[in-house]
Amino acid sequence: MGHALLNHGEVSEIPSIHDQYIQAYRLMILARVLDDKLASLYRMGKIHGGVFLSRGQEALSVSIGVALKKGDVFAPLIRDTAGRLAFGEPLIDAVRTCLGSPLGPMRGRDGNVHRGRPKEGMLAMISHLGAMISVVNGTLLAHRLKGIRGTVGITCVGDGGTSTGAFHEALNQAAVEKLPLVLVIANNQYAYSTPTDRQFACRSLEDKANGYGVMGRSVDGTDLAACLKVTSEAVNCAREGEGPQVIVATLLRLCGHGEHDDAGYVDSKLKSSPVGRDCLKVCEAFVLGQDWADAPLLGVWREEAVQAVEEVVAKVQREPAPDPYKEDWCALASKHLSEGHEHG
Amino acid sequence: MSITYLDAIREAQARALADDPRVFIYGQDVGAFGGAFKATKNLAQQFPGRVIDAPISEDAMMGMAVGAAIEGMRPIIEIQFADFSTVAFNQIVNQAATLHWRTRVPCPITIRLPAGGTSGSGPFHSQSMEAIYAHYPGLIVMTPATVEDAYSMLLEAVAIDDPVIFCEHKYLYYHLKAESLPTEATPFGKARIARAGRDMTIVAYSAMVHEALAAADEMTLEGVEIEVVDLRSVKPLDTDTVMASVARTGRLLCVGEAWPWGGVTAEVVARVASEGFGLLDAPPQRLNAKDTPVPYHPNLWKAHRPTAQRIASAARHLVRL
Repeated sequence: MGHALLNHGEVSEIPSIHDQYIQAYRLMILARVLDDKLASLYRMGKIHGGVFLSRGQEALSVSIGVALKKGDVFAPLIRDTAGRLAFGEPLIDAVRTCLGSPLGPMRGRDGNVHRGRPKEGMLAMISHLGAMISVVNGTLLAHRLKGIRGTVGITCVGDGGTSTGAFHEALNQAAVEKLPLVLVIANNQYAYSTPTDRQFACRSLEDKANGYGVMGRSVDGTDLAACLKVTSEAVNCAREGEGPQVIVATLLRLCGHGEHDDAGYVDSKLKSSPVGRDCLKVCEAFVLGQDWADAPLLGVWREEAVQAVEEVVAKVQREPAPDPYKEDWCALASKHLSEGHEHG
Repeated sequence: MSITYLDAIREAQARALADDPRVFIYGQDVGAFGGAFKATKNLAQQFPGRVIDAPISEDAMMGMAVGAAIEGMRPIIEIQFADFSTVAFNQIVNQAATLHWRTRVPCPITIRLPAGGTSGSGPFHSQSMEAIYAHYPGLIVMTPATVEDAYSMLLEAVAIDDPVIFCEHKYLYYHLKAESLPTEATPFGKARIARAGRDMTIVAYSAMVHEALAAADEMTLEGVEIEVVDLRSVKPLDTDTVMASVARTGRLLCVGEAWPWGGVTAEVVARVASEGFGLLDAPPQRLNAKDTPVPYHPNLWKAHRPTAQRIASAARHLVRL
C-alpha cells in the first residue's frame, strides 16, 4: 500500500536523493496504476460522469506532494493524482469519489477530481480554472492572522488556466501580500484541444511571474529529479518568507482531456519530441541506469501498486450507492435557517 | 445622539472585531482610508492588521475569504458597490456557496454589498443584486431596512456559519436615523409588520419599505389602511408572516427595487398564489423597477424605481380589483 511511503509528519532526517527519488517514483507508479484502473472502470460503464487522468504529469505532481509537510495546504487540480497520494490522500478517497460512494469525502455529491479534505489541508477544487489560487491565498493569510508560521500553500494550474482573470487577480494578490504560495503551472501543451499558441503570446509562461514581481522557475516536467529539485527549492523559498514562487513545467498531456476525448488533435511532432516523453519511462531508465533497482524489483513495485488499487476498488464496489431518501437536501451549515421550501 | 444606518454598520463591525478574534475585514480602501462610504472609519487604527486593503480584485477577494473561512476565520468582505460583485460572482456562487454542501466545512463569510439606487449613480453603482444571490443554494441574503436591523443583522451575519450576502442600501446610509443602537433584535428569519392595516398587504424590503410606508400614509387619506410587511431577509423568506398578513387583508402588492423579471417579488407572489390562493380577494400584484439598466439622470432614475407615488397608484388599482 502506497501510504507506507508517505513522508508526512515527523521528518527525522533529510532523506537522501536516492530515497526521495524511489519514494516519489513508487507513488508515480501507484498513480499510473490507479489511473489505468479508473480508465478501465470508465470503459466498463462503472463510473458516472467523466474520468480525468494524470498521465504524463506524475513526475511534476508527485514532486509537489513530497515537498509539503503536515500543516501545509495543497489545492490539487485535475491531473494531480500523484501529488494527492504523496500529500497523503488515501487511495480509497479517490476511488470512492470516482465511484460516487456515500462513504467517501464527497458522499456522491461531487465526483472524480473534485475531492478533498479541506480541514486536513487538501482543498477540493471547483471546475473553474484559476479559482483555487486565491482560496489557497486565504488559507495562508489565515495562518498569518493566527500567528502560524512556516507553512506554505501550493496549487496547480495548466497553461489554459493562466489565461483566466482569476489567475491574474490571485497571483497579484499573493504578491501584494507576500504570501508563501507556490503556484505550479503545468504547461502540458493543450487546454482541452486548444494549443498554447491560441492561449498566450508571451515567450514563456515564466515571463508572467516576472510581471507580478514573483520569482519564476522553469523545469522539464518529464524529469523527476529536476522536478523534485525545483519544487523543493521553491517550497523552501516560500517557507523562508521570500513570497510567492511560480514553477513552470513543460510536458505533454499523455491522454485526452478526459477519457471521452481521444486527443486526436495532439501534434505528432510533440509526441515524438523530448516534451512528449513519458515521465514514468524516464524514471524507469534512470533507476535501472543508476542500479537503484533491477527489472524484477520494478515488477514487484508495480505488482504491489496493482494489488493496492485492486483491493480498494473491490472494497468500494461492494459499498452502497448514495440514497436520495437519506439526503437532507440542505445546502446550509445553519440547518435552522434552511427554508426547506420546494416548488419542484 | 442619533445613529445613521451607516453608523450602525460601522458599529456592528467594530463590535464583531472586538468580540471575535476570528473576524477580519478585507476590501478596497477599507484600511486607513476607512472605506468609500466610511463604513470602516477608524477600524484599521482600532484593530491593527485586521482591516486589510485589497487590490481591485473582487474575485480574489472572495477566494481569499473562502480560504480564510476554511481555516476557521470569519471574514467580512466589503465589495465597494454591489454592482462589482459580478466580478466575484464565481467565487460567491460556486466556491463559497457550495463549500459546506460538498465538504462539510462551514463557510462563514459576510459579504457586504452597498446596494440599490441613489440619485445620479447610474447603471453601475445602483444595482440591487439580492434576487441573483437568493437564487443560488447555500447563501443567506439579508436586506435590512432599518438602522436597528442594519446593526443587529450584520452581527448575526458574522455569527452565521454560512456565506451571507448583506445588502445594505446606500440610499438609507444617511437618510435613516435612530436614537440609539438596539439592545434586542427581532429573531433572524422573521419578517416584521412595519405598519398594521386591514385593507391590503404591501410586502417590501430594504429601501422600498420606506416608500411603501409613505404610500400607506398617503392612502390613509383616501380611507385605505395598508399593512406593510418588511421581509428583512429575502432568503430565508418568511412566508408565514406574509401569508398571515394576506389572510387578514385579502390583498397583496409586492414591491421591489430590483428588475421585474423573476426575483423576490415574483417569488412572494408565487408562494402566496400557490399556498394561499384562497386567502386572496384579488389577483396578487407586483411593482418593480423598469426593465432597463438604472439611469443616471435624477428625472429618469425617479421614474425607473418604485416610489411612494407609484406604490400608491398601484395600491389604488389593487383596492378596486
